[in-house]
Amino acid sequence: MHIVVCIKQVPDSAQIRVHPVTNTIMRQGVPTIINPYDLFALEAALELRDQFGGEVTVLTMGPPSAEDSLRKTLTFGADRAVLLTDRFFAGADTLATTYALATAIRKISTEFGAPDLVFTGKQTIDGDTAQVGPGIAKRLGLLQLTYVAKISALDLQARTIDAERRSEGGVQLLRTRLPCLVTMLEATNQIRRGAMADALRAARAPVVKWSAQDAGVEDISKCGLRGSPTIVKRVFAPAARSEKAALIEPGEQPAEALIDAIFKRQPTLETELAALARGY
Amino acid sequence: MGTAPKTAAPAAGRAATKKELPEHFKAYKHVWVFIEQERGQVHPVSWELMGAGRKLADKLKVDLAAVVIGPDGEATRSAAAESFCYGADLVYMVADNLLADYRNESYTKALTDVVNTYKPEILLLGATTLGRDLAGSVATTLLTGLTADCTELDVDADGSLAATRPTFGGSLLCTIYTLNYRPQMATVRPRVMPMPERVVRPVGRIVSHPLGLVEDDIVTKVLSFLPDRDSAKSNLAYADVVVAGGLGLGSPENFQLVRQLATVLGAEYGCSRPLVQKGWVTSDRQIGQTGKTIRPKLYIAAGISGAIQHRVGVEGADLIVAINTDRNAPIFDFAHMGIVADAIRLLPALTAAFRARLSPHSRDRIAS
Repeated sequence: MHIVVCIKQVPDSAQIRVHPVTNTIMRQGVPTIINPYDLFALEAALELRDQFGGEVTVLTMGPPSAEDSLRKTLTFGADRAVLLTDRFFAGADTLATTYALATAIRKISTEFGAPDLVFTGKQTIDGDTAQVGPGIAKRLGLLQLTYVAKISALDLQARTIDAERRSEGGVQLLRTRLPCLVTMLEATNQIRRGAMADALRAARAPVVKWSAQDAGVEDISKCGLRGSPTIVKRVFAPAARSEKAALIEPGEQPAEALIDAIFKRQPTLETELAALARGY
Repeated sequence: MGTAPKTAAPAAGRAATKKELPEHFKAYKHVWVFIEQERGQVHPVSWELMGAGRKLADKLKVDLAAVVIGPDGEATRSAAAESFCYGADLVYMVADNLLADYRNESYTKALTDVVNTYKPEILLLGATTLGRDLAGSVATTLLTGLTADCTELDVDADGSLAATRPTFGGSLLCTIYTLNYRPQMATVRPRVMPMPERVVRPVGRIVSHPLGLVEDDIVTKVLSFLPDRDSAKSNLAYADVVVAGGLGLGSPENFQLVRQLATVLGAEYGCSRPLVQKGWVTSDRQIGQTGKTIRPKLYIAAGISGAIQHRVGVEGADLIVAINTDRNAPIFDFAHMGIVADAIRLLPALTAAFRARLSPHSRDRIAS
């Protein structure tokens, strides 16, 4: 069995700072990490490989420095890492990203064998769109299972997969056919620590690096900025509310003072709260 | 949302690529909202989007259409009828029993076919698990732009959709355009847009469109559906009162102070992102850009500093009350009311005081 896992190297967004005067993002010194949601996808793939045999290929598109994240996945036990890096890919929105990744997966297919499964995280922490997984599936003609909490069965002879998919108000148990794309939900597993042997191998293992041309991109105008139907016209910081918060003097009885202030400002709240509280 | 730009940064380089809209896209007219229904229930986000869609349509002087997709039966017909009460000028309907359960293949085909046949300029969907699964597939099939999780939708002077969303994990906002492709697609999370008023109106024009599939065409099968247990369901997004805690609580044990106040108020409880990352609280309770968006009548934030990514999730609240020891915390920039105090000490006092104030006994006293 061959599984491709798509990951993204992202800035550790908790540490992003905005310059107070220019409103621009201060990237300097912001550490990068593997998108945390992708680790659930990677672990799910590694577990299936351990159970059914085969190989896990990790793919990312990004700057040359994204090699660090790929190498990290090798220490977790991934068998192969592919870095798609080219200035033509810069500035891609989700549609242009899925074009590049789908092209690279086709190339992986001819070079290393057709994947039975493609995994992604449910979304990234920098873009938060959750669109790239479904986009890759559509471009490759794969069936898709998003927000998967659990892969409950995999039958390589019958070429079927059963999975529990989170939906509004419940869980759908779905059966579909391989090859298929799965986006994994968070907190569904815990990434392994990785064996010493993998760590040693990862340090020396080559990372496959492909330019747009290497990956078999036929139409460069579908990549990066040029291939993106959306444009970011404006980036800005939200303005402060014109009216500052009214600060309540704590005094002797701060709780009572605060409640008085709340009911003074919203007089109808007291009866509404009483009704709500009665319901419990 | 009260988030007007402070100082607009210069337009990004991509704005320079703007060209005339290609001729074949000029026929794309009108604003559409996908009405999400699952197991007979319309998700409220669909009506919220009808409210936002109505404003866009009025500005553009075009029609607002609801797209209702579901099984051929009462639930789908009533969703179509209800769409008129939320402002639809017309409804496109794909009713087929193969659409009883949400499946990506059948719903993608239904929505893509209707779009290709009737050509809307704007298509809005809820950013739910269903909406995001569907929107990504439809946008890729149509090879058009899709802006996820918008917090503001507007129409520019030239009629383009200006979709604003938080970016970089919610530390900045950006406005995104889909200039040369149609439809312009956007998703919006539940509770980001206000619920419009429902006005009783007669059923108007309904355009039915065939699905054109048989069951054998659809590979994915639904083996079963396990509804969430009631105890596992949280009504956080739609609660009238919410109490939430942040890192200022100091320890996971202190989070119970938030729960206790919530219980007395008949409220839902929530938390800021760091508490989920630390594993103190489960992710379904997270409030903010990557968690739930709330619009309660009263929101009490205890020990939450108020990062932008939290702010965008709570700005729709009628009254935001902040409790924080740091009087310079950003939360005081968008809270309506605040108190500089230690949440760990104030929360138990608030719980006791609210309990006394809201008990039936004290109400009788007020009444007499």
